[in-house]
Amino acid sequence: MSTATNTEKRPPLPGHHMVLGETEKLRLDSGVEFGPFTLAYQTYGELNADKSNAILVCHALTGDQYVADDVHPITGKEGWWSEIVGPGKIIDTNKYFVICSNVIGGCLGSTGPKEINPATGKPWGLDFPVITIADMVRAQTMLIDALGIDMLFAVIGGSMGGMQVLEWCKSYPERVYAAAPIATSFRHSAQNIAFHEVGRQAVMADPDWCGGNYLLEGKKPSRGLAVARMTAHITYLSQPALHRKFGRKLQNRGAITYSFDQDFQVESYLRHQGKSFVDRFDANSYLYITRAMDYFDLSLEYDGRLAEAFQGCKTRFCVISFSSDWCFTTAESRIVAHALNAASCNVSCVEIESDKGHDAFLLDEPDFHMVLSGFIEGAAEGRGLK
Amino acid sequence: MNETLNPNSAANVAHSDRIRIDLQLIADMIEPGTRVLDIGCGDGELLGYLTRTKKVDGRGLELSNEGVRNCVAQGLPVMQGDADRDLRDYPDGAFDYAILSQTLQATQRPKEVLSELLRIGTKAIVSFPNFGHWRARFDLMFRGRMPQNPNLPIMWYETPNIHFCTVLDFVALCKEMDLTIERSMVLNEAGSKLSLGSQTRFSNFLGNQALFMLSK
Repeated sequence: MSTATNTEKRPPLPGHHMVLGETEKLRLDSGVEFGPFTLAYQTYGELNADKSNAILVCHALTGDQYVADDVHPITGKEGWWSEIVGPGKIIDTNKYFVICSNVIGGCLGSTGPKEINPATGKPWGLDFPVITIADMVRAQTMLIDALGIDMLFAVIGGSMGGMQVLEWCKSYPERVYAAAPIATSFRHSAQNIAFHEVGRQAVMADPDWCGGNYLLEGKKPSRGLAVARMTAHITYLSQPALHRKFGRKLQNRGAITYSFDQDFQVESYLRHQGKSFVDRFDANSYLYITRAMDYFDLSLEYDGRLAEAFQGCKTRFCVISFSSDWCFTTAESRIVAHALNAASCNVSCVEIESDKGHDAFLLDEPDFHMVLSGFIEGAAEGRGLK
Repeated sequence: MNETLNPNSAANVAHSDRIRIDLQLIADMIEPGTRVLDIGCGDGELLGYLTRTKKVDGRGLELSNEGVRNCVAQGLPVMQGDADRDLRDYPDGAFDYAILSQTLQATQRPKEVLSELLRIGTKAIVSFPNFGHWRARFDLMFRGRMPQNPNLPIMWYETPNIHFCTVLDFVALCKEMDLTIERSMVLNEAGSKLSLGSQTRFSNFLGNQALFMLSK
């Protein structure tokens, strides 16, 4: 794991950067008035004359703004939702203007713990304020304002992206025509918080984390972050998918070695996942963003009565879950759908049969694509988009 | 039975859309531009038709995943769920019409479902296979077997239909629940309307399916 530890020396990442919160700061849930700050974002397609064709895609925990780039600037791979977003695809960039911004607190160009705190001239580290899903969305509204868009045609996202979708609909319903929260929930479950805590403890237990000051110390808590990623990655797959892919197959060897080497293919795979993750992600960002997910509970301010969060919301919803997703189960999605129903919202709720677990929303799932495509086309008709 | 349908209403629909005859009869009962919940909407045949030709604000509830998927893929707002469990989430008076087509007999608690329909909808439109039809009576009386016919093709041990009733049973239930029968008709095996005047006993004998519009 030999990537540069000093981020200042990196050339700036490609794409747009917008400085926001200069005149009016971003008021965070924690009470901190934050700003100015930068959001790094990508756009695809053209905004139409009446600015009615904008789709905001919200990325997941370790996702980023490079939704549909051919070549990701760090990994060199395709964008994470190239399957869905692009010319002639389900989210057709010939028709829609697609926006995706790196969340505040992220590490791909938006202001986050690895960027420089102007007050000290040093990386923020743990001095970065704790952010929430609502803060991420509030920051996005400032970007959407700056782009001159009143109402988004759609807000779409999976996992943490889906949390942002729900937050948008709760807080800015008049600005969202259609919403697709995918493989997500209105709150993070105890089990999900528990897995995140394991990840964070792994990072913090790495001596190279240096109490959060690793950038100043010229170090990087790669081992801790890799373990965090390995654990999390297991939760994104399903037992059958993992077994189908690896079974008990051995890694480049005929027999077990009676050692702690990576005898099994699944071990090798996980180590690779961990290793490649630390090349593209900042450990402190991981702490902050997992925390934001943990704190998410849309029903909290309504004493658990989720339906009240969506009262009067005119947005069309399509809530999608995957049968083998044990991170964000269909049962959770159904609670969201029922609450939307109780609030008289226009809601579709579909469970897609898949054995690929939580990650199914990123993969080639024809039924999922059929549903999402039908929903978007139906909404486009309703919105009068040709 | 009352017969108050406008025979020309189907002709008013300026669309080449064709749907199953019994569904067309339901569609003809629905005023344009209203709010409609179709419970057990299947592949969205009726819901899609109503949305396209009557510009209703339509929603669906469907048990099968496949049905839900097909509906949403057509752009119809449909949720996975069942009539026994999931109607309670809908607020009072959320719809002008709550439709339950060919599903009442498959519910666990038909009476509760009926009252839910009329809590959610101002009007309920309910259709069901009539167990009082002469062929059902024939099967039981002369063959000594549970009725099986094109409308009830599945053997007793496999059928999802668990609460059968006749037209007279249904009318009695409506009376007990103090529901108003706004419209009613019976259909033949092909789903076409039978013109039998107002004799419920004839309808009960000759109607293969029954279709009611109810209000509170």
